[in-house]
Amino acid sequence: MGRIKNSFNELTRSSMWKSVFRHKLPRDDKNRALAILTNVFFHLHPVRIRKQGVRISYTWCMGGLSFFLFLVLTVTGILLMFYYRPTTQHAYPDMLDLSESATLGLMREMHRWSAHLMIITVWLHMLRVFLTGSYKPPREFNWVVGVVLMVLTLLLSFTGYLLPWDQLAMWAVTVGSNMARATPFMGVEGPGAQLMQLGNVPLITAGSDVRFVLLAGRFVGEGALLRFYVLHCIGIPFVFVLLLAVHFWRVRRDGGISGPGKGGPLPL
Amino acid sequence: MLDSIQAIIDRLFAPEILLTASIVLLLLFFKYRKFCTQNKWMIMLILGGPVVYFALSAFEENFWIQFSKPDNLPITLMLWLVIFFVWLAMRKGVENDERVAAGMPVAEDTKEQKEKVFVWPDLIYIEFLMLLAVFIGILVWSILIPAPLEEPANPQLTPNPSKAPWYFLGLQEILVYFDPWLAGVVIPSLIVIGLMALPYIDPNPRGNGYYTFSERRYEIPIFLFGFLILWILLVFQGTFLRGPNWNFYGPYEYWDVHKIVPLTNVQLSEYIWARLLGVGLPAFWLVREIFGIILLLMYFVALPVLLARKWFNKFYVQMGAVRYGIAVFLFLMMVFVPIKMYLRWMINLKYFVALPEFFFNI
Ligand code: HEM
Ligand code: HEM
Repeated sequence: MGRIKNSFNELTRSSMWKSVFRHKLPRDDKNRALAILTNVFFHLHPVRIRKQGVRISYTWCMGGLSFFLFLVLTVTGILLMFYYRPTTQHAYPDMLDLSESATLGLMREMHRWSAHLMIITVWLHMLRVFLTGSYKPPREFNWVVGVVLMVLTLLLSFTGYLLPWDQLAMWAVTVGSNMARATPFMGVEGPGAQLMQLGNVPLITAGSDVRFVLLAGRFVGEGALLRFYVLHCIGIPFVFVLLLAVHFWRVRRDGGISGPGKGGPLPL
Repeated sequence: MLDSIQAIIDRLFAPEILLTASIVLLLLFFKYRKFCTQNKWMIMLILGGPVVYFALSAFEENFWIQFSKPDNLPITLMLWLVIFFVWLAMRKGVENDERVAAGMPVAEDTKEQKEKVFVWPDLIYIEFLMLLAVFIGILVWSILIPAPLEEPANPQLTPNPSKAPWYFLGLQEILVYFDPWLAGVVIPSLIVIGLMALPYIDPNPRGNGYYTFSERRYEIPIFLFGFLILWILLVFQGTFLRGPNWNFYGPYEYWDVHKIVPLTNVQLSEYIWARLLGVGLPAFWLVREIFGIILLLMYFVALPVLLARKWFNKFYVQMGAVRYGIAVFLFLMMVFVPIKMYLRWMINLKYFVALPEFFFNI
């Protein structure tokens, strides 16, 4: 034991260690502060924070868990991308292979269950933010960012749902995307679609309405699979991460976690 | 004996009874919030009751089929978590309200709680332990329960029931009562817009940064009505109680594809022209639907004005015309959903305004 401790101390004195961690072990206040300040990930947090804001019973940890689940989803998602080909010919067999090849087999389970769980944590996070009144000034805008994040989470899950290309996937997305057909003015069966005419040529047909744009076809097929894949793996995560940065930044800028007496507009 | 109990419970889960009972229970929970959050027996009933109910029911064959579907498990988990967290927030809210009434600062504002602590270790450790717990949870869950994979996609073979992903089942449930352009496009858009607008239309500056109920007695019931009843409850219903052809099935009922539910829905125009006035339906659509149009205009235009004069006058003065108008429209839209449901159950009303000529049915 003593020897391990010694060599660990030795290590922390080496110049390589010091080049990575620009503080001593966080055993006193100064180094606890430095541990947070000199780490790009930790410095999302302030150095010190009110006791009330730390408590699990106040935030329920749900924002942090949503973020963590997003990270799990990204890692497992990237691993899945090595195996998965988004074509009607390959998608389903790739899924079968995945459940049989043990090494990455669990990735699919972890991805799917984390996705379900993330929706639950995001909803609970919203509930907690509402019930503590944390959307009130000065945090109104961050609530709006949060709502967009929630919509993006649902869209990520919806686009991902199609990818296994089994009956469940295809028909769930068919039911969902059929709604787009009824979009006012922009879907073939939406109110006002007949008004959209150029001379006598209708602009909105089954081959040109929003559903067609979404699915790249008249039904959920090859085009839709590719479109959903790109949106799922690149498009939506990209926007999501951008907004996440805004969200976290604003939590700090708006005065940190809400608490009594921390309301009211901040001075400009 | 057991059979008849199950039959009764099946009946109690019918949409009209479930919705009514949930609203009543929620109101009782608000009214007797102190009792519900502080009485030992009530706590056991609220938090333990659902667990016992699910555990006992799991022995029943048909219940087990739905309950044990891998994709349905998270929904059961969510139901309990939602109940728990609403209960927890209410408990803390009631405590704080009592403290305020006694002239003390709220629990989040005591001297001790206002003290600052170091993020390392106080927060980092909590975060780390939480992540670890959840990660282990996901791992165990993933090892125990394989992700479902059904037959390969086949455009020729429509499964019955065809369900949207579970988090959209509340909307699919509303589809029973509203046309797709409302249930699938307008209502979800209004939910998102309404949520975004919430911080800007809520006129109450109090209750910022701590749990409370008394200081926010309008906002909390309205929000929870939308979240618990119109969202979570409908997701539950769409998942567990809707089977083939989107018919209602009780929790212990076998999902029989041949179950026949008579559809006898009647248009408002038919009620008035044919049944009340005893004449045929007028040919011109505007005349035919005039009563429904007037009714809706009264609901969405006249009612807000009336409310601004009487019951909501306080809000109207506080918020100004524009903010008040938006808030009341969103509120009335939210209440419109259950109103239409009840009218369907009570008088089989199909549409207030039916203009199939323009795909415009409300
Ligand atoms: C919030 C984030 C995300 C959510 C909610 C989500 C949700 C889902 C869902 C529900 C599925 C279907 C899973 C199944 O049936 O097994 C899926 C599949 C997939 N996702 Fe994601 N996902 C997210 C992020 C990502 C990211 C960032 C990537 C890529 C970097 C990714 C890559 C994939 C791939 C390749 C599949 C197909 C494999 C499969 O279906 O198992 N996902 N996703
Ligand atoms: C993908 C989704 C989301 C992630 C990863 C996320 C993450 C976080 C985190 C880590 C915090 C710090 C405090 C806490 O954990 O409670 C936070 C705070 C906050 N979030 Fe989110 N959030 C998400 C979605 C939402 C949604 C849906 C809303 C609201 C509709 C929202 C509104 C807020 C607000 C207003 C705060 C400040 C709360 C305070 O100061 O007490 N967020 N978010």
